[in-house]
Amino acid sequence: MKTFTIGGIHPPESKLTAGKSIVDLPLPKQAVVLLGQHIGAPAQLVVERGAVVKTGQLLAKAGGFVSANIHSPVSGKIAKIGEAVDASGYPKPAVFIDVTEDDWAEEIVRTEKLERECRLTPEEIVAKIAEAGIVGMGGACFPASVKLTPPPGKKCDLLIINAVECEPYLTADHRLMLEKGPEIVIGIRILMKALGVDRAVIGIEENKPDAIELMRHLTISYPTIEVLPLQMHYPQGGEKQLIEAVSGRQVPSGALPIDVGKVVQNVGTVYAVYEAVQKNKPLIERIVTVTGKSLKHPGNFRVRIGTPIADLIEAAGGLPENAGKIISGGPMMGKALVGMDVPVAKGTSGVLVMDEAESVRKPVFDCIRCGKCIGACPMGLEPYLLSALAERQVWDRLEKEHIMDCIECGCCTFTCPANRPLLDYMRVGKAKVGAIIRSRKK
Amino acid sequence: MDKKLYVSMSPHIHGDDSVAKNMYRVILALVPALLVSVYAFGWPALLVTAISIASCVVFEYLITRYLMKRPNTLTDGSAVLTGLLLAFNLPSNLPWWIIVIGALVAIGMAKMSFGGLGNNIFNPALVGRVFLLISFPQQMTTWPLTRMQIAASGTDALTGATPLGLIKAGQFDQLPSALDMLLGNTGGSLGEVAALALLIGVIYLLVTKTITWHIPVSILVTVFIFAACLHLGNPERFADPLTHLLTGGLMLGACFMATDYVTSPMAKSGQIVYGIGIGVLTVLIRSFGSYPEGVSFAILIMNAVTPIINLYCKPKRFGEPRK
Amino acid sequence: MNAILIALIVLGGIGLLLAIVLFSAARAFKVEEDPRIGQVQAVLPGANCGGCGFPGCRGFAEACVKSDSLDGLRCPVGGDDVMKQVGIILDMVPAESKPKVAVLRCQGTCERRPRTNRYDSAPSCMIASALYGGETGCSYGCLGLGDCVKVCQFGALSIDPATGMPVVDEERCTSCGACVKACPKGLFELRFKGPKSRRIYVSCRNKDKGPVAKKACETACIGCSKCQKACEFEAITIENNLAYIDFNKCRMCRKCVEECPQGSIVELNFPPRKKKEEAAPATEPKVAEPQAAPVAEPKAAEPQAAPVAEPKAPAAE
Repeated sequence: MKTFTIGGIHPPESKLTAGKSIVDLPLPKQAVVLLGQHIGAPAQLVVERGAVVKTGQLLAKAGGFVSANIHSPVSGKIAKIGEAVDASGYPKPAVFIDVTEDDWAEEIVRTEKLERECRLTPEEIVAKIAEAGIVGMGGACFPASVKLTPPPGKKCDLLIINAVECEPYLTADHRLMLEKGPEIVIGIRILMKALGVDRAVIGIEENKPDAIELMRHLTISYPTIEVLPLQMHYPQGGEKQLIEAVSGRQVPSGALPIDVGKVVQNVGTVYAVYEAVQKNKPLIERIVTVTGKSLKHPGNFRVRIGTPIADLIEAAGGLPENAGKIISGGPMMGKALVGMDVPVAKGTSGVLVMDEAESVRKPVFDCIRCGKCIGACPMGLEPYLLSALAERQVWDRLEKEHIMDCIECGCCTFTCPANRPLLDYMRVGKAKVGAIIRSRKK
Repeated sequence: MDKKLYVSMSPHIHGDDSVAKNMYRVILALVPALLVSVYAFGWPALLVTAISIASCVVFEYLITRYLMKRPNTLTDGSAVLTGLLLAFNLPSNLPWWIIVIGALVAIGMAKMSFGGLGNNIFNPALVGRVFLLISFPQQMTTWPLTRMQIAASGTDALTGATPLGLIKAGQFDQLPSALDMLLGNTGGSLGEVAALALLIGVIYLLVTKTITWHIPVSILVTVFIFAACLHLGNPERFADPLTHLLTGGLMLGACFMATDYVTSPMAKSGQIVYGIGIGVLTVLIRSFGSYPEGVSFAILIMNAVTPIINLYCKPKRFGEPRK
Repeated sequence: MNAILIALIVLGGIGLLLAIVLFSAARAFKVEEDPRIGQVQAVLPGANCGGCGFPGCRGFAEACVKSDSLDGLRCPVGGDDVMKQVGIILDMVPAESKPKVAVLRCQGTCERRPRTNRYDSAPSCMIASALYGGETGCSYGCLGLGDCVKVCQFGALSIDPATGMPVVDEERCTSCGACVKACPKGLFELRFKGPKSRRIYVSCRNKDKGPVAKKACETACIGCSKCQKACEFEAITIENNLAYIDFNKCRMCRKCVEECPQGSIVELNFPPRKKKEEAAPATEPKVAEPQAAPVAEPKAAEPQAAPVAEPKAPAAE
């Protein structure tokens, strides 16, 4: 079975919610819509305090080419425009909407009927995706319309659908495929039309045999869409690793997937594309896995953007007594939250509640130079060296040792027998070196 | 919410590997060889091992607690492992006070003075061994015969030359057969007698992914090829490659001493360079040097080269341009 | 006998040959330089801390020798004594400069600034600051993980276990500026040491709106601008809900300290006020701030919950 060739680890799956079908979460009392839910410039507000908005109405326009629109996930009155602490731990600009009823904007089609035909031109499709504010929902939150607009001179020859979901605990993509399979296939065909490609591959990890079989069945009449089971191997869902597993090509250091002719989209993004193009529905809700060993009722919920995490945890049976950490995302790359007020954003794929015992890090020893971190790194870097250089703030050598190639997957820290906080230092080093490189270009 | 959540950077889960686990696995892998050596040399072997391990543990505790004033690190098992490996390099009739000196040099000088586990440049057990060899050459080169040898020889002699000693003296005809050397019917230090038992231990380590094949294989292959070239050139002067592989501390050194994490290179390509260096130096010292055994010195010399190897031998990067 | 003679001749010859080679190389590759650079470098402290703005003491020595005057050139570690000696060597007059000292502009101890979460990542302020706003509601305040302590070459910084925050030892601080660069929150500032080591500063960097700042920390500056109104010398500016006292203009009249309702302004090493026992209980304990002046040393360990009258007694001299 195919997989990527360098490094990687095998963390325990812990897919506690794989069998739980998606449940709609009740609307929150107040939705907190962050204005920076994507890579790129924050969106610019087009509404004011006190305005009454409908579900799906535009709240903020994209702030540049690499940016995204933000729409209201609820209907009600804008209570205030201020700041809310997001997953980064710092207060960020946000719109607070007091929720009344669920009044949708007129243009949105609310039926569940499957719309198979799409008569739009590729440019119109991309414009509609941009208008709907769709970003990568695997967690990276890169504006989808930008990815679908290759720079001049670069052509896409293969669309890869990332249905891998390699993070332990997360099952949102899995359930989405099982319950909205036909819509996803239509979404794939729409994206293929938008990109002008005639081939697509859906990559699914082998621990989801039901999804693999279902997608194979649904794509029987579309021979250009292939379903490819992939070995369970973290981080198989990383863009570069997925491209290598599917096509055998490694994206060169410093280059983008489009440079080797590939475009990767998360399966949740594909579903959002279907809803945007066929139902005029902007990105206002998503599937979030709420899970954890001590939760009473873990499950997969359809949640409106802006819902406080506290509501999700309530729906899962409330915060357990022995809760130690609340993580937005998966355990390998997710962010530990400071409190339950943090709102759900476009990239929130899961909420993981960890017990106190699991939450505390083990004591740190000196590096024993075993080299296991090198064996684990999927980018072929030397984490022990990068971490030591970042700790000593040797930025120039850090740049030479390819710190910018690091995808922050966490394999090194997971593996280290001395429990060293390798990724902590590497992340900071990467941010500092990135800032130095950007200031050089100016 | 009154609860104070923990906040840290990702990843939030950790594999269950630890320093202690790796050390204890190596100790376990050495147990078959220990059993063979106790069978071969009797209770003195066990005594030497016990004294060595106890001294190493005590010295590490005292130095950590009173000199370095840090919490003690005995639970990671590395002091016990150093003691065991040091014992494997000693003859079974070594006086107890020499063993204690060896432990002091190994732990105090070669390990703790650099800052403890992870910071030392040279393999502590080998530094201890080499120090003793140079300081007490007489006691360190008087090798008791094994039980099997005594039974087979029919004389009253209790000590005799090891195969390497014979090679150095040019007495090839008196060498034991390859099978004898494999099974332990030869003399030598505690760890030299049982190549087969050591192999069992190494396979255990490879299966549990405690070590990888790169260092042991590159050392053994290099020794074989280099010794074969010499032997083909002058069979009278140079022993055959199989003998080289099976005698002396090569098996122990290649599989357990050279694979020490702290003192060996980190990238796989670097490990192969390291192994080749050790192999070449071992055969050179054995064939042309004045010491019968070359493995210890070869490993120590390559330990010094490890930082340079780490600098130039990098792992294969993702997306590296093809050359 | 022969052997000894041969050995002597051979080795002696080699020695002579090498000596000639070395001597010629030293003459041929000699770099001409002003001998005064070496002389100046000899009187410098040799800490190579970069506090002067030049790369190491050698760099500073070169700059002094090459320059026409000593204006703008000062070694903060050596201070006036060293600059006088440099002036003597170069026959120049050193510029007058008031000594400075590092000041930590945060009072958010555990008692004043409640913790809302527990930090469990690597013990470095650089990392914590990159991760999130900190263990408290004030994302501008001291993280207490000691990056400043690690970077101070002169041992002038140490973490006070009672407060969890760094303390500046005025005797050892050379105002080299390393802590200013190291603190990711920008809490350190080099301010004039002041006559009799007295100085006044706003010990807060919180730019949140008043109610938010107050909720996070008892002594946070809320930007009410009462201090600005009280200052007769226009030394105080308010920007982004935060007051700042310009140390060039401050005349140490202490009016702002009395006016501040939050107790954010610190007056260091002043004698106690005789009249204001009941009126401003919030400001009094500030005299006992654990900024380690030799006088303040014993107060450092006292918790701020000490009764109002107490701090005055040890301060009275």
